[in-house]
Amino acid sequence: MSSQKSRTRYKLVPPIALPTMGWMLWFLMIPMGIVLIYSLVMKGIYGGIVWQMTFENYERAFDWLYLKIFLQSLKLALLTAISCLLIGYPMAYVIATANQKYRSALLILLIIPFWTNFVVRTYALKVLFSEQGPLNAAAMALGFFSEPISFSNSYGMVWIGMVTNYLPYMVLPLYVSIEKFDFSLLEAGRDLGASSWNNFWKVLVPLTKPGIITGFILVFTPALGEFLIPDLLGGARSMLMGNLITEQFLKMRDWPFGSALSIILMSIVLISLVIVIRVWMKEEQTKVEAEAAHGH
Amino acid sequence: MTLWGLKNLFSSHALLLWFRSMLELKGIRKSFGKTEAVRPTDLVIQDGEFFSMLGPSGCGKTTLLRMLGGFEKPTAGEIYLNGIRIDQLPPHERQCNTVFQRYALFPHLDVFENVAFGLRMRKISGTELNERVSEALELVQMKEYLHRSVTTLSGGQQQRIALARALINKPKVLLLDEPLSALDLKLRQQMKVELLSLQRCLKQTFIFVTHDQEEALSVSDRIAVMNKGVVDQVGTSQEIYEFPRTLFVAQFIGSMNTIEGEVKDFNSQAITLAGSAKRILTVKPSRDGFRPLPQVQSGLAVQMMIRPEKLKVLKSSPQPDQNYIEGMIKEVLYKGPVTQFLIQAKEIPSLMMTVVQTNSAVSAKKTFNMGDRVFAAWAPEDCILMGKDGPLPVSVFETEPLELRALP
Repeated sequence: MSSQKSRTRYKLVPPIALPTMGWMLWFLMIPMGIVLIYSLVMKGIYGGIVWQMTFENYERAFDWLYLKIFLQSLKLALLTAISCLLIGYPMAYVIATANQKYRSALLILLIIPFWTNFVVRTYALKVLFSEQGPLNAAAMALGFFSEPISFSNSYGMVWIGMVTNYLPYMVLPLYVSIEKFDFSLLEAGRDLGASSWNNFWKVLVPLTKPGIITGFILVFTPALGEFLIPDLLGGARSMLMGNLITEQFLKMRDWPFGSALSIILMSIVLISLVIVIRVWMKEEQTKVEAEAAHGH
Repeated sequence: MTLWGLKNLFSSHALLLWFRSMLELKGIRKSFGKTEAVRPTDLVIQDGEFFSMLGPSGCGKTTLLRMLGGFEKPTAGEIYLNGIRIDQLPPHERQCNTVFQRYALFPHLDVFENVAFGLRMRKISGTELNERVSEALELVQMKEYLHRSVTTLSGGQQQRIALARALINKPKVLLLDEPLSALDLKLRQQMKVELLSLQRCLKQTFIFVTHDQEEALSVSDRIAVMNKGVVDQVGTSQEIYEFPRTLFVAQFIGSMNTIEGEVKDFNSQAITLAGSAKRILTVKPSRDGFRPLPQVQSGLAVQMMIRPEKLKVLKSSPQPDQNYIEGMIKEVLYKGPVTQFLIQAKEIPSLMMTVVQTNSAVSAKKTFNMGDRVFAAWAPEDCILMGKDGPLPVSVFETEPLELRALP
């Protein structure tokens, strides 16, 4: 792939990027700087801060109590992203290969949930899965269980909520890359004796990898910091990173500790992204190098 | 078993037939909903033949090829390869491999892995894999590109990799779906020759789909000309060009000058026509025996068709045994090897004759100018007679194979 194609280079920045850069500076870089500074000072007795530098906030974060929450969040975010991928790939495939007539209808169906308010949507899930909800009622009426099953206030429920909420972010990039895929390649595969599994695994998946990686990042990153869904669906038992941070700011009034946790969360996201992209780029790189070595 | 017995076995007829890979289509038909893509078709393609399917886009040639390859199931009919029915088999169990229209190379794999794909799917690895891949790449002269990414190759190089990839499993029949259409003219001509020499060297059956008549004429042992889902005519290039059996074939392959008229008189040697030309025109069987006279009755409305290169432009009145039309040169188009004249017929206002003369024989452009009054003449043996709405029946031809006809 020709990622090394030369683009017009500007000395500083192209003028058209200036408004964006101004926006990013004012609303992203400066607040981030503030968060970073806050994470390095002490908290005041009645909230607020005391201008005295300390690493205490970071030291506190490495307490086992908090580390467990980090790991739990990481696990749930990974689980959400993988679940979204497993559910989303067939969905995206069906949409991308559907008749042109139905394709836009299916895409709209996928996006419709975005039109309802996020909190309402999440509450709807809570009602759906509640002990008195329609799902339990139906299961009991059909005689599957005699007692209603309690989903609410569990990690399972949080997982269901996260997957439901983030699925479109996985499906859309997957759809884009499957839609671009040249299906005569699958015919070529079949012609050469590839089974459906081999065709999928050795032809379709490698060629839709950009969609898989984009979708994964789009789901994993916000899932790691999610605080509303665990709050609404998980109750007090499912404390995640996002909840912990929110709590520091809103309940504990411990802004410096909250800032430190935020910085750590951001670092985790950044490091995971760098790893994913590095691995990906490395494959591309070896390809380019192999070509260069063989000359043109 | 004695050595003699073994020898006898090998020379026996049964074994010879066993080795022959003959492709047979019986009543093959394909419809997509209400549209008939391929109407019931029978075809026999011999072992080692370079067989082309030629026709305009939408004529069903690609659908027919895809049914051979196993990518479409025929609506009705059967396909046999060496007597084994294959039309219900999946593509890879047919011993047919396809070179796809835009090659369909795997962009995420390098040249080696693309070619090796078919072997890997058959669980072949190690030295055999390496040997067979380099053998295939050598065949298409791409050995030095082993580890290049296919996306960096030129069109012609991609074409060769596609060929090597399709040939790696040693198919009995190679199916080529417009393999040259994505190349530019120069490369197309070069690849055409390479394809032909590859086929000669492998002695393998090639089935070649194209819409380019010149391509089909120059490489094929035999051509099937298709139109609207029907095979109009099957024959050698020469048969197709010199003796088109339908109006469509006559008009689709090359160009034709058409003069309308009706039969005045006929015998076994010649047919005479009267009509718009205000002169008696004569049709005789062609000298090489390709084209016998059709069966006609007096007064039958017919059309006489003459290829542009069979016409001669003359300043003076031609020999009495020649057909001719008087006219005026409207346009002179110098094309390098040939010059093309457009001649407006004097007696028939609607007739514009196209004449092509080679420039080596006559310095054609110097001799004739626009506005010159000339004669366009042709031999009675050089024209094709068709009915007004379709071909005329030919009695002799049907029973006697062309090759066996003696030249007069």
